[in-house]
Amino acid sequence: MSASFRISGKGRLTQARTARFTFDDKAYSGLAGDTLASALLANGVHLVGRSFKYHRPRGILSAGAEEPNALVGIHRDAARKTPNVRATVQELYDGLTAVSQNRWPSLSFDVGAVNDVASPLFSAGFYYKTFMWPKAAWKSLYEPKIRAAAGLGVSPDLPDPDHYAARFAHCEVLVLGGGAAGIAAALAAAETGLRVILCDEQAELGGALRFESGSTIDGRNGWDWAQAAIARLVAMDNVRVLPRTTAFGYYAQNFVGLVERVSDHLQSPDPDLPRERLWQVRAKRVVIATGAIERHMVFADNDRPGVMLASAARAYLNHYGVAVGRNVGVYTANDSAYAAAIDLKKAGVNVAAIVDLRDNPAGSVIDEARALGIEIHGGRAVVRVGGKLRVNSMTVQPKNGGGERTIPVDAVLMSAGWTPSVHLFSQSRGKVAFNDEVKRFLPGTYAQDCISAGACNGTDGLSACLDEAYAAGAKAAKEAGGKAAKPAKPKVEASESWSRGMLGAAPGAGSGTTVKAFVDFQNDVTAKDIRQAVHEGMRSIEHVKRFTTNGMATDQGKTSNMHGLAIAADELGKQIPEVGLTTFRAPYTPVTFGAIVGHARGKLFDPTRRTTTHGWAERNGAVFEDVGQWKRAWYFPKEGEDIHASVNRECVTVRKAAGLFDASTLGKIEVVGPDAAKFMELLYTNPWEKLEVGRCRYGVMLREDGFIYDDGVVGRLAADRFHVTTTTGGAARVMNHMEDYLQTEFPDLNVWLTSISEQWAVIAVQGPNSRKIIEPLVEGIDMSDAAMPHMSVREGKICGVPTRLFRMSFSGERGFEVNVPADYGEAVWEALWAEGQKHGACTYGTETMHVLRAEKGYIIVGQDTDGTVTPNDAGLDWVVGKKKTDFVGIRGLRRPDLLARGRKQLVGLKTKDPNTVLEEGAQIVADPKQPIPMKMIGHVTSSYWSENCGRSIALALVAGGRGRMGETLYVPMPDRTIEVEITGMVFFDEKGEHLNG
Amino acid sequence: MAKAAVKKAASAQAVASVERRPALAGNDVSGPNVKITVLPPAERLSLRAPEASVASLSRALGLTLPQKPKTSASKNGRTALWLGPDEWFIFDEAGGDLLADCAKAKAMHSAVGVSHRNVAFAVSGPGGEATVSAGCPQDLSLDAFPVGASTRTVFGKSEILLYRPAAYTFRVECWRSFSDYVFTFLKDAARDAAV
Repeated sequence: MSASFRISGKGRLTQARTARFTFDDKAYSGLAGDTLASALLANGVHLVGRSFKYHRPRGILSAGAEEPNALVGIHRDAARKTPNVRATVQELYDGLTAVSQNRWPSLSFDVGAVNDVASPLFSAGFYYKTFMWPKAAWKSLYEPKIRAAAGLGVSPDLPDPDHYAARFAHCEVLVLGGGAAGIAAALAAAETGLRVILCDEQAELGGALRFESGSTIDGRNGWDWAQAAIARLVAMDNVRVLPRTTAFGYYAQNFVGLVERVSDHLQSPDPDLPRERLWQVRAKRVVIATGAIERHMVFADNDRPGVMLASAARAYLNHYGVAVGRNVGVYTANDSAYAAAIDLKKAGVNVAAIVDLRDNPAGSVIDEARALGIEIHGGRAVVRVGGKLRVNSMTVQPKNGGGERTIPVDAVLMSAGWTPSVHLFSQSRGKVAFNDEVKRFLPGTYAQDCISAGACNGTDGLSACLDEAYAAGAKAAKEAGGKAAKPAKPKVEASESWSRGMLGAAPGAGSGTTVKAFVDFQNDVTAKDIRQAVHEGMRSIEHVKRFTTNGMATDQGKTSNMHGLAIAADELGKQIPEVGLTTFRAPYTPVTFGAIVGHARGKLFDPTRRTTTHGWAERNGAVFEDVGQWKRAWYFPKEGEDIHASVNRECVTVRKAAGLFDASTLGKIEVVGPDAAKFMELLYTNPWEKLEVGRCRYGVMLREDGFIYDDGVVGRLAADRFHVTTTTGGAARVMNHMEDYLQTEFPDLNVWLTSISEQWAVIAVQGPNSRKIIEPLVEGIDMSDAAMPHMSVREGKICGVPTRLFRMSFSGERGFEVNVPADYGEAVWEALWAEGQKHGACTYGTETMHVLRAEKGYIIVGQDTDGTVTPNDAGLDWVVGKKKTDFVGIRGLRRPDLLARGRKQLVGLKTKDPNTVLEEGAQIVADPKQPIPMKMIGHVTSSYWSENCGRSIALALVAGGRGRMGETLYVPMPDRTIEVEITGMVFFDEKGEHLNG
Repeated sequence: MAKAAVKKAASAQAVASVERRPALAGNDVSGPNVKITVLPPAERLSLRAPEASVASLSRALGLTLPQKPKTSASKNGRTALWLGPDEWFIFDEAGGDLLADCAKAKAMHSAVGVSHRNVAFAVSGPGGEATVSAGCPQDLSLDAFPVGASTRTVFGKSEILLYRPAAYTFRVECWRSFSDYVFTFLKDAARDAAV
């Protein structure tokens, strides 16, 4: 069919502005301002897709966001292939490429349509029933097959080349929906000068005025009034009008998510434009003006291409200038479809008949239709339609049975009535109430500061809608603190009005098992499926929904929910409110992952934190590892070295000469105030009051339950000032933990905490030559052993810049940690490295740091402890101040289970074969010959090859470990069992002489 | 500080100072309606003190410490941001020694130097508000966040301090290792600041 269905003189598009496009490789032409749907219809194309389950041919049902059928793929280029785009929403641009989905080999001949014939096999709940046995087949056979056969569209297989923007916005009044009501509400609110945001999902605001031909406001046609009003709003500084913007989620405290489609409608978007923009709006008041959605009639084969909503046919005619057929039939249960018939008839389209389920339809539109010579069949039903790929007839029967009459048509327009869009109201946690008189769920109890206005509030008639919305906008603005303003209220001079209609299955829905009268088009749910669900015992609508999947497709049941509910209620013999309504959840329409992710991709997915020497390390061949958000130098391989060779060399060099290590990522907290020592006493197990100024102490911090939380070296800089270090991973949470206790448990203490983690770059210089390396660069500090013993801290200068110089060791060698203000970190590192090279030093990374500390039995919190380890378990009894009467965790430590014998204790492990390196995390058993499952008595926490020891070393948590010294235990592995001996935790320099070596 | 612990210098000869290498120095960028400038180093101080000490500290610092939430005070190149009832963030762009000035105050307080902890950006131009609003959930309109307003907030996944020295200028401070993330995000957001 190539003949044009565009009617000259109709619609609002400019005939001269053509746009070419292809659908399934066939070239077509449309007009600028068309949607893909209107452009296809203008070319006489109704068949646009195949359904989800039965692969039935499908056409275009609607002219808006509720579209369940016309889902297509839009392909811009190799990477930009968007599946499941509603053709009714996609705006046409020159060069658009669309493809149909869910069909093979072609749209008109689809092998998958065999499902339609075999449909008794795929009845409601078939997933739950058919594939229960054999159980193993679910994973290997049924699920993959179902997943391949089902699903709509094809995901793009290349990374998304578009970018997405995000914006937080605030306003006093947010208006959701830009139809007549939304515009009126925005006008009323905007005049007060408050910030107003008005959003609407359509490209042009105006809502139902897009298709209503009979409305006049302020002396103008409704649509023209809307456009003029929008222009006025756009010109106001305090108003932001967002077209193509869907309010998809209504969250707590008037926080509403909007997604704006910025460039999907453009032929060649500026690459600087985001594809979509996510608006996260916080509004003082929200006016919900989301309108209503027309329902279809439920009868046999109501899904055939060419069968569509009456209001959609009207929109195509009055806005796009497109006739959806040349000889249309109408099937309705309310007045609104008459208006469509009248408009089409006036435009020269033949209206074969209006079939009205109501017995004696009467009223002005009915009279007008009759006056135009349209046949009206009251009290009758369309019981089925003919045609497969396109409707070609409708069969009419008196609704209580009787003779059938088949009328040839090329389109059927239907209307069962209008469902108020209460989705966003429901998302706001508002409770809907069923109005039995009009058979509608309407906003009932409000949970947030919002007002519904217009059709979504069940208000019929343009005049009443405008009055209500205008008052709502003014009220919202007043409540949000706006000054009273009395702008001219729009005056409705002519309007259309309709209500009522019907819910549930019409007579044509049949009662047999073969009739397919669709309730939910997108999920292929029919009236008989709902009935079957009830027969199989589903009572609540929530169960019916899950059993049949009614309303669970991407259209969220916008057209189907009420019909499904009514059929279930009818079958149960209950009233609709007794069966209940399912809760509406976000998103209102599908939202792309891109919009949700926004800027947070690639480099911005998560902050990557680098130390000041990162660039130097990179230039000097370091391999990095991720430690939380940090990039840390892992090891510094020389030419030809692998990780083992590099780490072995680094380990030996540090103990023989010296090594430089960037320890900047350690958390650092400055604890200052007259009660600083008192606070430290409370937060750590160790005593602090008597720590001399200029000295350091290794501190352990517990949680209230007595388990180790963090550790680190603390230096006392002054009577009232401590420089605390934490583990890298614990930096943020230790600060929070301390602040929490300070504010809630010890608020009387005069002490304050400041994070200085990033103020200071920290360069560890460890090894027998460490002092020789640092000394020449230092001013104002006597580094002799007498003046600056192990575990002391001095302030002075290094390389001419301020330093806090710690003498401390995490390697067991004489060692220092040079703290300098961060901007000097790299330059001081370079100076130290220059000195270091004179003394045989190396640079080393985290791996060598780990091995060196393990050789000395120093624990790493989080590796050798796991939140269930006490100081005693870790062999750290000495850190607990015996005379202390209080600290966080002191009572926890006295719990009987923490004092019980046989707790897991940290010990050393030596493999019988010194060359075997255990796997960290491996389990330990006492008897490898016992039956499986064996009793596991511990596990390996740290394990390395120690070049300095010439053998493997390991730390392990073993039940009653310290009482098992010298015992042989076993580590069963998949391929062998490894014999190990329990030893002390210190593998190297047991006497600790190297600290002063 | 810790004077008792600092013994006599072992080496008398002065060592030449190494150079300072601020993060991202010179990395300015312009977008539609907005310019992002990496600001030069400044003296920075984290000041904590009870209310009773405010007058004494204000005299010592030469500016009245603000006591109203989300406000600031600025004088002679020195700015104090209110961060909490007992917390101020003070920066000095004129080279003043904040620690030394605080040390003059006898009243109880905690002054910790954090000059190198932070990196600061200026986000300026009519698109500045839109740029910062890409990642900051606060209301940044001139009514809600007027000139002189300050806050500790987030920008995407980073904590920031935000201060508005002029109608069309925001000062964004973040920790040094987050500066690459914050700067990259600001650049990305600036692309969309025309709306």
